[in-house]
Amino acid sequence: MPLIKDGQETADDWQFAETFGALGDGKSVLPMGEFLANIAAISARNTAIGVRLMPEDDPSDLADHLEKIGLIEISFPKYTDGRGYSQAQLLRRRHGYSGELRAVGHVLRDQILYMNRSGFDAYQTSRADLSDILEALREYSAFYQPAADGHRSVFARRHEKV
Amino acid sequence: MYRYDQFDAQIVKERVDQFRGQVARRLAGDILEEEFKPLRLQNGVYLQLHAYMLRVAIPYGQLDSAKLRKLGDIAKTYDRGYGHMTTRQNIQYNWVALKDIPDVLEELASVEMHAIQTSGNCIRNTTSDHFAGAAKDEIMDPRPWCEIIRQWSTFHPEFAFLPRKFKIAVTAAEHDRAAIRVHDIGLHMRVRDGKTGFEVHVGGGQGRTPVVAKLVNGFVPEAELLDYLEAIMRVYNRFGRRDNKYKARIKILVNETGPEEFTRLVEEEFAAQRKDEKIALPQDEIDRIHAYFAPPAFADKPETSDAFERAKAADPAFANWADVNLHPHKVAGYMSVTISLKPIGGLAGDATDAQMHVAADLAETYGFDDIRVTHAQNLVLPHIALDDVYTVYQTLDAAGLATPNESLITDMIVCPGLDYCNLANARSIPVGQEIQKLFADPAYQRDIGKLHINISGCINACGHHHVGHIGILGVDRKGEEFYQISLGGRADEKAAIGEIVGPALPYDGVGEAVKRLVETYRAVRRSPDETFIETVERSGLEPFKEAVYATH
Repeated sequence: MPLIKDGQETADDWQFAETFGALGDGKSVLPMGEFLANIAAISARNTAIGVRLMPEDDPSDLADHLEKIGLIEISFPKYTDGRGYSQAQLLRRRHGYSGELRAVGHVLRDQILYMNRSGFDAYQTSRADLSDILEALREYSAFYQPAADGHRSVFARRHEKV
Repeated sequence: MYRYDQFDAQIVKERVDQFRGQVARRLAGDILEEEFKPLRLQNGVYLQLHAYMLRVAIPYGQLDSAKLRKLGDIAKTYDRGYGHMTTRQNIQYNWVALKDIPDVLEELASVEMHAIQTSGNCIRNTTSDHFAGAAKDEIMDPRPWCEIIRQWSTFHPEFAFLPRKFKIAVTAAEHDRAAIRVHDIGLHMRVRDGKTGFEVHVGGGQGRTPVVAKLVNGFVPEAELLDYLEAIMRVYNRFGRRDNKYKARIKILVNETGPEEFTRLVEEEFAAQRKDEKIALPQDEIDRIHAYFAPPAFADKPETSDAFERAKAADPAFANWADVNLHPHKVAGYMSVTISLKPIGGLAGDATDAQMHVAADLAETYGFDDIRVTHAQNLVLPHIALDDVYTVYQTLDAAGLATPNESLITDMIVCPGLDYCNLANARSIPVGQEIQKLFADPAYQRDIGKLHINISGCINACGHHHVGHIGILGVDRKGEEFYQISLGGRADEKAAIGEIVGPALPYDGVGEAVKRLVETYRAVRRSPDETFIETVERSGLEPFKEAVYATH
């Protein structure tokens, strides 16, 4: 499935493993529960690790381990389930996660701007190609509210001295 | 009234372009209807029984003449010559072609309007008191904060895919005309120690599970309002149920979590916000938005008007209308005028393009260019000088807009029902029309006094039957329309959910039942000053049940 990151299509060198026992030698992503249950063993490994959040997962459980994590995937089993946007905002703004934040699952072109604003910087999707995504990210040039993407809010921009 | 600056205009223009692209992709078959659905829904486009329906946002119900004329022109050009005012102070067009909708949006943008978030599982149009800025009993004008909430909630990236739709209402008067206690969030403006803030009610709603909102915070200072709303929204987005559409509103989360625990979660989330997570609305921005709502240049007038009194003495029909359809204004010599969209036997809330032009012209000439849509599906000219009221009345009367029934028994909230809606189980419109005919006599209506009848054609309660003094709910019984009658509901500051009086009645029995309820009220009220709802609350349901059922 194509991975789009930083405005370009990128090779995905991460492997998803359901359990700690199934981890391969390369860069691997684990479900959050598996990651937390095996945190000591994972710390002893010398290989990059990623974590995948399902919508019901609480991202604050990762707060103390963020420096160990090379990738966080947030899963959208259905595009209508918007919990991932709150997870992303919490990771970026409350917990200060600065690594790759990847949307996986039912990721559609018309959700990507909201994802980007919520702090995602990578999208794994079979439903949108690169040009779609770049176009979606350009559709708006002003945003009322501050979010995780660092844009100045319209509320603030109106009162900036030029 | 608020005016777009370059940013507002740009965002709305970009929305038009974006939706034009989405429609083109749908019409070309590049996206499936299932994927198009959430996109069109976030832009007010529904697929109804006969056609697509477009719902246009009227933020907190406020219009000016240019906007209302444009709404009329759209009705004429793209629909069948009328529009339908909704219970959330918006307007709906029932016959717009999908291919035309991008053009309609472009026309709307030319008068600073849009259809953003008028449907879908996102934060909807913020509603308010239709007499805001005019009412004698308000402590301040709630509209500036409605506008701030409108902007904050527009394309909020975190809250576009909530468990379910989300509605916010704001009032600043002790008598709640915005039904805030049956909204997902109801905000009541308060002043404490000279500071402005908001009493925050959460989890009210109608639909299948009618419930009155719970008080979550007695006073959130205005500077913290948006951050507090973010905390509520995040708790809801994260923990609201998504397994069952009918359990997904925030009222279910509040009830299942318990109001205390829900409040604790909100307070905890609010307290956890870091400095750089705060909205940090600049005071200059608060002041900038408030400046748009400065009172118009009212003339210095006496409390009474000789012209008005003379006209009342000479024209009894006008005198009756004036007694019923005028509301006290905060400035001497002015009144707020309700333009009833409930003519006897008409379609509740419908206005033709010509009528929209008439109302727009009156607002421009006599009313400081201000028009409101009410949640009871009428229009209001909030600022009319008493000296001009008779002229305004005559013009309205000539256009079929002077029905003297504001808040009387024929001023009903009626959903489109089975005639238009693909969710409905039963007809609503003809039920309302039948009742109107029984009570058409203006003197009879006056004698009955304030009485809200609300009619829904299904359990989704778009006709607000739960909070009608008399509520009527259409149900389907083996293919036949039946109607459940409830009593004692109200949407104001004493909000209550009506109680069902007994077994549902067949279509033909509804008018007679309402007649018996009304006659019972007239027989047992202590005086003509005791309103229907007061009598029901005092006497209980028994005498009414008896009247409807015992003698059958």
